[in-house]
Amino acid sequence: MREWQVNTALLAILAAFAGYAVLADEPFLITLATRIVIFAIAGIGLNLALGYGGLVSFGHAAFFGLGGYVCGILASHAQNYEPIFETPFLIEGTNQMLVIWPLAILVSALAALLIGALSLRTSGVYFIMITLAFAQMIFFFAISWPAYGGEDGLAIFVRNEFPGMDQFAPMGLFQVSVGVLAVVLLLVWRITGARLGMALQAARQNPGRVSTVGIRPFGVRLTAFTISAAITGWAGALYVDLNKFVSPAMISWETSGEIMIIVILGGVGRLFGPLAGAMLFILLEHYLGGVFEFWKILLGLALLAVVLFARGGVMGLLIRDSNGATHG
Amino acid sequence: MTALILEQLLNGVQFGVMLFLMAAGLTLVFGVMGLINLAHGSLYMVGAFACAAVAAWTGSFWLGLAASLAAAAAAGAIVEIAVIRRLYTRDHLDQVLATFALILIFSEGTRWIFGSQPLYLNVPQMLSGAVTLPGGIPYPLYRLAIIVAGLVIALGLFLLIARTRLGIRIRAGESDREMIAALGVDIDRLYTVVFALGAALAGLAGALVGALQSVEVGMGEPVLILAFVVIVIGGIGSIKGALIGAILVGVTDTMGRFLLPQFFATFMEPSPAIATGSAIASMLIYALMAVVLIFRPQGLFGGVH
Repeated sequence: MREWQVNTALLAILAAFAGYAVLADEPFLITLATRIVIFAIAGIGLNLALGYGGLVSFGHAAFFGLGGYVCGILASHAQNYEPIFETPFLIEGTNQMLVIWPLAILVSALAALLIGALSLRTSGVYFIMITLAFAQMIFFFAISWPAYGGEDGLAIFVRNEFPGMDQFAPMGLFQVSVGVLAVVLLLVWRITGARLGMALQAARQNPGRVSTVGIRPFGVRLTAFTISAAITGWAGALYVDLNKFVSPAMISWETSGEIMIIVILGGVGRLFGPLAGAMLFILLEHYLGGVFEFWKILLGLALLAVVLFARGGVMGLLIRDSNGATHG
Repeated sequence: MTALILEQLLNGVQFGVMLFLMAAGLTLVFGVMGLINLAHGSLYMVGAFACAAVAAWTGSFWLGLAASLAAAAAAGAIVEIAVIRRLYTRDHLDQVLATFALILIFSEGTRWIFGSQPLYLNVPQMLSGAVTLPGGIPYPLYRLAIIVAGLVIALGLFLLIARTRLGIRIRAGESDREMIAALGVDIDRLYTVVFALGAALAGLAGALVGALQSVEVGMGEPVLILAFVVIVIGGIGSIKGALIGAILVGVTDTMGRFLLPQFFATFMEPSPAIATGSAIASMLIYALMAVVLIFRPQGLFGGVH
């Protein structure tokens, strides 16, 4: 199949799944589909750095969690009618997604700018370990900072509001998430075709030549890393709205690993790869987890098989062409 | 107060020595084979479980300790031959993923065999007392023994690498694998031995710590990530860097948790002072890592890779 055919098929499967959930009146399946969409968004963010840029970040859960905490903190303040700051000027919480999202994106992007500026001084294995370590730093901070629940996490009791969305129906958040997915897909598609994306992919393949033509790989990589983190942070804000709960578990190294698995299972450096990966991962988790308590053994074996024998993931298996990005 | 500081300092060194046992294996495997091994934490867990299970079965901590070395080394050798061997020529992303998959298999497999309840391991009779430190406060003998054991192992590792034939081969393998293969060294076997050696050190660390904490699934990964911090600070591939980095991280972390809340209490209310102090203390070693990265991106003792 061609790549566009696979992409269309993936969107059709998602739509059919949601349609079936509505017809069969199974709100839980809609929640499952929303989870898929949100993890796909997080994966698309990581894929920009990892797939196109070759920047193997093992710390994207930090941005996922930061976006989540921005959402949780703003919403909990709004629900308790407690301002966040009174001095020097008044800042209040909010339950408007349209206010929460830009802040979640901004906070994740700023964190990524700082972490990226330090981590990108190194490369290869160092980069993997350092991004993992910085994520762990934020994880431990979230655990030991008691104001927003510490280890226990923070519950928000009502889903936040979006103009025109029914905040009490599972379908509402699903539609909003699909909208965000579309925006993010469009954004990453535009970036990878633009100067930044070209330079990023060239810097992955041959940093020396990129420098020779007058582009500093560091700047290109830092920009891409920041955008990548911002997208993952946006997904984090949505995830908290889905669960009505945020906790340090969102920032844990396991979450970083899961987002990475989603990118790899789907197919590194393919625009729709993370969507395929998220579908596979979450459906496996749901259905295998239901029949076999230790399903992660099977997940581990499957991942091992993909890495050793089926490089390119689901997309790589389905698509017969030679112009997909490969890592290396 | 000085006695308390001394006690915390020793705790920090003990923690650092444990981190060294983890970091030494990681840095050896990276230095010689160029492999990043996330499953190193699983080998630590295997060591702890083997020690706890055998000690419970036979009643002897020492048999447990021997079992932990054997089990971790065997698990390491099997994993190297079955999986890791195929990864040396792959890029780091593949290595991360495959060893992440191994973590899932090890963790869930252990949960399957032993259940989710933690196991407990008692400090051996011989080392269960306390010694009196200068200043008059008692300090657990077992922790002191860990420090001594760790330093002896560090010395042994230096001698092994600097003075023995295996050490010569390891160093040669670090600089040029094709050359030493051409000279007639069985490089595959050398790699298996190095990997099993690193695994045994991790298993030993797990067993020794198992008597201080509970033995449970998932105990390895937090230590693994700290060992990464140690390696980043010390420089990848350097055993000396791993030792100094480990002690630095161990002492910074322990002293930070002890001193920072007290420092904030000098100008804040007690309860927010403890909260702020411990929150900042939990980030201290990462700040240390960031500072090292700013001034020496290759680590304190790292060469250029």
